[in-house]
Amino acid sequence: MQTALQFGPVLIHLDRLLVGVWQTIQLAVLSILLGTVIGTLGAIGRSFGPRWVSWPIAAYVELIRNTPLLIQLYFVFFTLPLIGLKFSSGTAAILALSIHLGAYATEILRAGVQSVPVGQIEAAKSLGLSSYRIIRHVVLVPAVRAVYPALSSQFILQLMGTSIVGAIAAEELTAIANNLVMQTFRSFEVYIVIAVIYFVLVQAASLVFAGLGRLLFRWKN
Amino acid sequence: MSLRDFGPNELMFLIMATRWTILLALIAFAGGGVIGLVVAALRVAPLPPLRWLAAGYIQFFMGTPILIQLFMAYYGSSLLGFRPDPWAAAAVTFSLNGGAFFGEIFRGSIDAVPKGQWEASTALGLRFIPTLRLVILPQAVRLMLPPTVGFMVQIVKTTSVASLIGLTELARAATQINTVTFQPVLVFGTVSLIYFMLCWPLSLYAGYLERRVGEGVAVKTRKPLLLAS
Repeated sequence: MQTALQFGPVLIHLDRLLVGVWQTIQLAVLSILLGTVIGTLGAIGRSFGPRWVSWPIAAYVELIRNTPLLIQLYFVFFTLPLIGLKFSSGTAAILALSIHLGAYATEILRAGVQSVPVGQIEAAKSLGLSSYRIIRHVVLVPAVRAVYPALSSQFILQLMGTSIVGAIAAEELTAIANNLVMQTFRSFEVYIVIAVIYFVLVQAASLVFAGLGRLLFRWKN
Repeated sequence: MSLRDFGPNELMFLIMATRWTILLALIAFAGGGVIGLVVAALRVAPLPPLRWLAAGYIQFFMGTPILIQLFMAYYGSSLLGFRPDPWAAAAVTFSLNGGAFFGEIFRGSIDAVPKGQWEASTALGLRFIPTLRLVILPQAVRLMLPPTVGFMVQIVKTTSVASLIGLTELARAATQINTVTFQPVLVFGTVSLIYFMLCWPLSLYAGYLERRVGEGVAVKTRKPLLLAS
């Protein structure tokens, strides 16, 4: 039995690993953007909408948060073709990931919206601001600032969550790793390298989010 | 065209597979809880190297995807001379991973106990472990309970990832049934419902505990720290 670790056969495929990194970043960034849009609309609808808006949103949030991402992936991937929507597995993955993140973002942003004092909104109304301006400037900005740490750790979980989309044959870093294992038979070495790459990605992402937070919210209260 | 329809037998197959999801979740909860306690203790230990060790452990397990950790355990076991076994790999990985998250949850609650409690214990001549066990943890338990129950939901959902190393629990049973019936709406709808029925009560309970602690603690955490400044 060969027990010595050999990273050579893995590292000569560095170019493919980098392609995987790029695909993972794309999946994460696109689904984070889409998921945040869903979450923002969801939080507004849940907080200010009439019942027929807020209840379905609540149901969506509970349903997504209490079922595994993997099952959501399978559901999107296998059922959408039945209603005539044919997606590539990459698109299906982005869709499922966005729907998934959207529920968490809704819940997090809703907490932020609730942290905005009612007096602020009343003051804005008495100043004659339009509903759009109130929601945009008086509610959303302080809300996002209040929950930014929770939101960014959810984004980082999302980055790691992309690793399972290989299950529906979407391409990203982990799927490429699995291919490399079959090619090189250096399974443990491959996954060590991949773990290091994810670790670096996660650390980089948390630095980016911290920097972004400082950039966006540099003013004081 | 499908080989067979989704009927009572298929439903039974899914329900039977749910046993393994529950078993794996219980293993992860028990193993993760014990490891988490050790990690949290190390994290607040008086010796810096122990704290660094625990911090590194948490960083690794929280900073890499659990799927990769599973693959490493699965394929790494053959390097150590064992035959790769999905159950062993999953049990070990979920316990170690859960240990990191529980470690952070427990440490957060331990940190919330006022520093004066530590100082008073030291003044009474208690060492680190008796202080933690007799003074700090009993006070921290109240705070750690809601996030612990909340993390159990996370554990139940995450066990589905074990299907990707070939462990036949609920998620894998679902793909198997889907392959033969090709009725994805029914299959994955049913499976979602099963997961939901496992997770939702836990979520509700966690929310209830959180509100209850929130009410009680609002008074308590009004900083006694101010005395020091």
